[in-house]
Amino acid sequence: MANIIELKQITKVYGEKIKTQVLFDINLSFEPSSFNSIIGESGSGKSTLLNIIGTLDKPTTGEVYIDNERTDTLSKIDLAKLRNQTMGFIFQFHYLLPEFTAKENVLMPYKIYNYKVPKEIDEWADELLNLTGLTKVAHNLATDMSGGQQQRTAIARALINKPKIILADEPTGNLDSDTTENVYAILRDINEKYKTTFIIITHDQRIAEKTDRIIEVKDGRINLDLKK
Amino acid sequence: MRLSFDIALRFLKSGKGQTLLIILGISVGVAVQLFIGSLIQGLQINLINTTIGSSPQITISPTNTDKTITDWQRALYEAKISSPEIINVSAAADGPASIDYEKDIDPVLIRGFVLEDADQIYGFSEGLYEGSLPLKKDEVMIGRDLAVKSNTQINDKIILLPPSGGEIRAKVTGLFDLKISSINESWIVTNLETAQDILSLDDKVTGVEMQVKEVFSADVISKELAHTLSIKDVKVDNWKDQNQQLLSGLNGQSVSSYMIQVFVLVAVLLGISSVLAISVVQRSKQLGILKAMGIQDRDASLIFVFQGLMLGLLGAVLGISLGFGLLYSFTKFAVNPDGTPVVPIYINYSFIGLSGMFAILSAMVASLIPARISSKLNPIEVIKNG
Repeated sequence: MANIIELKQITKVYGEKIKTQVLFDINLSFEPSSFNSIIGESGSGKSTLLNIIGTLDKPTTGEVYIDNERTDTLSKIDLAKLRNQTMGFIFQFHYLLPEFTAKENVLMPYKIYNYKVPKEIDEWADELLNLTGLTKVAHNLATDMSGGQQQRTAIARALINKPKIILADEPTGNLDSDTTENVYAILRDINEKYKTTFIIITHDQRIAEKTDRIIEVKDGRINLDLKK
Repeated sequence: MRLSFDIALRFLKSGKGQTLLIILGISVGVAVQLFIGSLIQGLQINLINTTIGSSPQITISPTNTDKTITDWQRALYEAKISSPEIINVSAAADGPASIDYEKDIDPVLIRGFVLEDADQIYGFSEGLYEGSLPLKKDEVMIGRDLAVKSNTQINDKIILLPPSGGEIRAKVTGLFDLKISSINESWIVTNLETAQDILSLDDKVTGVEMQVKEVFSADVISKELAHTLSIKDVKVDNWKDQNQQLLSGLNGQSVSSYMIQVFVLVAVLLGISSVLAISVVQRSKQLGILKAMGIQDRDASLIFVFQGLMLGLLGAVLGISLGFGLLYSFTKFAVNPDGTPVVPIYINYSFIGLSGMFAILSAMVASLIPARISSKLNPIEVIKNG
């Protein structure tokens, strides 16, 4: 089966005068509907790697293919559209728009390209809210929810456009352990139900062990690549 | 686009205090601008009305040796067809004479008009405080100061001494007060026929006077008229060429008024711009995630342009009503002893409209800076490490 994500000879150098190389010749690929984790110490370059996969950052050299399309040469406009259609992001912080309700936040990625929300998308949003256990607070403003609820809203938001890939950078970093378990259960559930590819950055060893593949990044290189 | 509008609206609604403050800022700016603009305009219109409103703004005067126009009927006709802007065309037969009354002999100016026409220019019937216009031969009206000095009453006969010699008696049918003492003191106003007779002009006149609809275009219209006129030995003058000092005064006033208005707008612009720029920083994380989710840079900027537009619109509406309030209270409280306002305010709707448009436009221009910041925002910079 063709890989959904393919990185070839990726290097990343920051800075103009004082150059800091954070990634060295990374070659990495991910299979569709796989559930992967990236671990590594802070400063190892794992977030940079995820940002390059997510087209939020560009590699200094090397090629990035998402769903067989080369992305490092695409224009900003095309990248924005690609991100919207094929990727969902979950960050350590939820970044919900506080002026909007949970459901409105969930629908936001859809409305970026289609202002009118058809019935089936509206129902899909309800389903996602149900899946993440937010039906009761669906019409609460983002500020009127608990930390766990906010993060689950962010997960539902990442899924609204049925992306092939979900990129999550420490998605449970701000949550207590019970909530963390709950959030991972949801992510796993989604992975199985909708065949979404997951790449999750985490520093939590227990979480990493629950994934199908663990990639350890150390000093800008892949130190370990463990598939179950 | 519509999403940008929705987000803009929510941003404004959620920061109610901030939004209210900016709107208030814009409206105070608009109100001050409107007030000062209208005040200066009122002042100028008032000044123009009192100085040149009741006098001819363009005159055709003879350049031949005996200083008369023979073919004046033609001049009248040509002035009327020269431009639709020309109004109140009137022939005048003027000349010096003296008045002989009991105590003294004083120089006077005989002014003969086709009175119905000249009345439009000088406003004789409004200035007439006793009697009626001298429409028949050998009837005249005189000003208040001359009447007092010579102790003349209505229906009295006055003795006029023309420069050519002799003595003419004329019946005073009216007394006027045109609020200018030199006129009230020296003008003897009469019909054309009487003046021509006193001044031995036969059927000639000494000038053709007229006004224009738009006083400030008098110079252009006067040039057109000079071009149109077919009669010889005449020149065309206009008030602008003859009142350079007044004009430069008015200009100075206008310029300083524009300066104030511009600076008020600049202050408003900077205010909106800075508040919106702060709001971009406040919401940079949300904008970052919107960008990660695929919102285009253009739509991210539009959020702030829409905010600027809405703020400008509300500010303009509120500012215009506030400005009206200011103008109204000014006409009610800054009054002369007789109760009339010190400066009559003229409501100029196109100026108000323009004022409002400018406010909306400035608000939009002001939003361009935050819009640009928002467009340049890089999602990873904002999202990095929470």
